Amino acid sequence: MTMKNYVQIENVQMSFETKNGIFIALKDIDLKIKRGEFITLIGHSGCGKSTLLNLIAGLLMPTDGVMLCADREIAGPGPDRGVVFQNHSLLPWLTCAENVHLAVERVFGATESKVQLQKRTSDALALVHLTHAEHKYPHEISGGMKQRVGIARALSMQPKVLLMDEPFGALDALTRAHLQDELMKIVAATNSTVVMVTHDVDEAVLLSDRIVMMTNGPSATIGEILTVDLPKLRNRLALANDANYHRLRGAVLEFLYQKQAKAAA
Amino acid sequence: MKVKKYIQEQLLPPFLGIALFILLWEMLSQTSDSLPGPISTWDSAVTLFSDPFYQKTPNDQGIGWNILNSLERVGLGFGLAALIGIPLGFMIGRFDFLNKMTSPIVSMLRPVSPLAWLPIGLLVFHAANPAAIWVIFISSIWPMIINTSMGVRQLPQDYLNVARVLNLSEWKVFTKILFPATLPYMLTGIRLAIGTAWLVIVAAEMLTGGVGIGFWVWDEWNNLNVEHIIIAIFIVGIVGLLLEMLLIQIAKRFSY
Repeated sequence: MTMKNYVQIENVQMSFETKNGIFIALKDIDLKIKRGEFITLIGHSGCGKSTLLNLIAGLLMPTDGVMLCADREIAGPGPDRGVVFQNHSLLPWLTCAENVHLAVERVFGATESKVQLQKRTSDALALVHLTHAEHKYPHEISGGMKQRVGIARALSMQPKVLLMDEPFGALDALTRAHLQDELMKIVAATNSTVVMVTHDVDEAVLLSDRIVMMTNGPSATIGEILTVDLPKLRNRLALANDANYHRLRGAVLEFLYQKQAKAAA
Repeated sequence: MKVKKYIQEQLLPPFLGIALFILLWEMLSQTSDSLPGPISTWDSAVTLFSDPFYQKTPNDQGIGWNILNSLERVGLGFGLAALIGIPLGFMIGRFDFLNKMTSPIVSMLRPVSPLAWLPIGLLVFHAANPAAIWVIFISSIWPMIINTSMGVRQLPQDYLNVARVLNLSEWKVFTKILFPATLPYMLTGIRLAIGTAWLVIVAAEMLTGGVGIGFWVWDEWNNLNVEHIIIAIFIVGIVGLLLEMLLIQIAKRFSY
């Protein structure tokens, strides 16, 4: 297994059949993701960034092209790719711990004892600082906490890749900033490979090793890939006065609002 | 202050409604020779309920036995309908092919008046009691099938995506996602079904006879005991209301 091509997407095309004929959502997608890399997918709404994430997750199958994860073809969803959904998607009739346990049980249930499974569940919740809420139901906790349970659930499976679909999109700015900082620490601690969909330029620059910028749909593809060469474990306050940060931020803004400017919707 | 407000807003309106209803009833009974008024009905009810569980002959038993017998028929017919209707509803909701297969039959048979099934029941079972249970069964199975399958079909895609990315087994999908997500719909179906079942039992028992609240109404009509008929109407209404309230309480515990 090469470090260089942990996730490999080659010449992928995705089209949907609609009433008005075939709709090509994505075409000519080529992307290689290294182990431990943090990738964000950014673009205007409708550019197919979520579609690309769902392809990697295996929730959708590409019409054409090859997709590999750790040198194995992606043939469907699997526990090697943990997904964090935009709307958290916790099961409302299960407590936080039970939601996480469902994932743990599925991946490790066959090989580990009940005590070990319990420990994995509580470790995952401890990682996102939610030990105190493990017996609470999703409707009893805040939006930010729900999203953290979603992250805990995904991480508890020890996935090879963590896939996040606008995980903080529905949260207020302060909560979002807090969770971004926590995510940075968790990713550094677990050395996770992450693919995250976002529409937030600051979030992309703050978190990413590389920002994959997508052109507008239909037939969207990768427009540019920007390497973020800021040292890791970034501090948002320090970055506020960092010239390099502003240069990178400017590059993303230029791509989104000049090169791929969208007519007012 | 709070107590006063509660009395004014919560207790006064229903109390006023009932009082007005009784007043109207009294006025109506004054104009008619045959319709008994509230007071004579009340007296009659007091005597009736002073000995609810006597057993003189098979056809002359206390009001308590009549109610319990009716409830037993409803319970049996309704229970059998749940036993068949709910799993069937799950399968129809889960498999589109089955849904398309059964939907013309369900749509055609659902509007049929429950009593139309009574002769079929008599023909097959050669007895009145199983025929009455059969009528309850057939009238309460439709809401259970339809609501359960609707609940399964309305399952949010998000939950199914969770099931897919976690790669859950069919059994886990059923116990952890499908069943809890469908439960509120299922309980609505059960509530509608028990309402219909209780409606139908009175009519079915009038035709089949035996001990039961429906037959009792018919019997009292033959005796021209109008007070008892009015009491029966109240009993049917109150028992129906209690069944409904019980199921609402159960449903509340399972709503998310």
